[in-house]
Amino acid sequence: MSIVTCPECAAEFELEAGVEAGEIIVCPDCGVDLEVTSLQPASVELAPMEEEDWGE
Amino acid sequence: MHTRLRIGVLYSRVRIEEKWIFAAMERRGLDYERLDDRRVFFDLDDPSPWQQYDAVLERSISYNSGLYALRILNAWGIPTINTVAVAEACGDKLTTSAALNKAGVPQPRNLVAFTPESALEAIEILGYPVVLKPVVGSWGRLLAKINDRDAAEALLEHKAVLGSVQHSVFYIQEYIHKPDRDIRAFVVGDNTVTAIYRRSPHWITNTARGGEGDPCPITAELEDICSRAAQAVGGGVLAVDVIEHPERGLLVNEINHNMEFHTTQPVSGVDIGDLIVEYVSEVARGRVRAPQVKEGA
Repeated sequence: MSIVTCPECAAEFELEAGVEAGEIIVCPDCGVDLEVTSLQPASVELAPMEEEDWGE
Repeated sequence: MHTRLRIGVLYSRVRIEEKWIFAAMERRGLDYERLDDRRVFFDLDDPSPWQQYDAVLERSISYNSGLYALRILNAWGIPTINTVAVAEACGDKLTTSAALNKAGVPQPRNLVAFTPESALEAIEILGYPVVLKPVVGSWGRLLAKINDRDAAEALLEHKAVLGSVQHSVFYIQEYIHKPDRDIRAFVVGDNTVTAIYRRSPHWITNTARGGEGDPCPITAELEDICSRAAQAVGGGVLAVDVIEHPERGLLVNEINHNMEFHTTQPVSGVDIGDLIVEYVSEVARGRVRAPQVKEGA
């Protein structure tokens, strides 16, 4: 079971199958962007804020 | 000598595009390594950790990180997709415009000024509305459509006072009264592989800003202008943004060297991730010579 805790709102939720380390997911409770920092064990952190030179 | 190709993928975030790229690498049996650009560093005296790669695919979300990584890797002679010359030509809109201009590729009219006073003079030559763009920037950020002189004066003063030094280069573009859409076309090597219309009732059609995608046929005219635009900036894997001018036909608006395709791939049904990986493996095998922008381009 890949249960993680949102660092913003403390909600506990399970990572979906197929999620990869480095992927950005959205907290299903508070909607904040989270980065999956590891899968074994599952952990998430607040995703970095967009910076000026980001894009395509 | 190793025979199995080894590819480095420099990335910042595993976006859906990176997931598609990694999946294609695995399907094709490539030996690849994920290189998080927040964790890597370069010792200019020691290229050996990087020389294990036959090619490096640059997918950094930060333009500066990607640009400088490419500069170092290319200086060491390590093939990259795209090359630093291409990243330089595409990452700065004014450099792109200059390259397109030199190659005779049709584009909107652009004027450049360095002070608010001369920018206002240039704007009034073009006539309203005009579009003011930062020379470096993405996702439609800080684009401004200026409808009259009052707005021009206010915006120029705000940019001069509040903007970073980069905003003192005023890149002024004629406003094209286009249909509620533009075209994003993908060029891989010599081929325009797919295209979508980006539709939006807003004048900014970026899908990062809510624009929606629809399939767009690749006409001979579109293929020709995209191919010429890609060559003008040095070629490789590129996304060309094209505007349909009611009288002048197709105009190249921007070229992206490190593109997203979360909208294009599902809309077009073309596996862009796989085409990129195929091209990367050709570069790694040395079958595609990384193209270079000619001196002075």
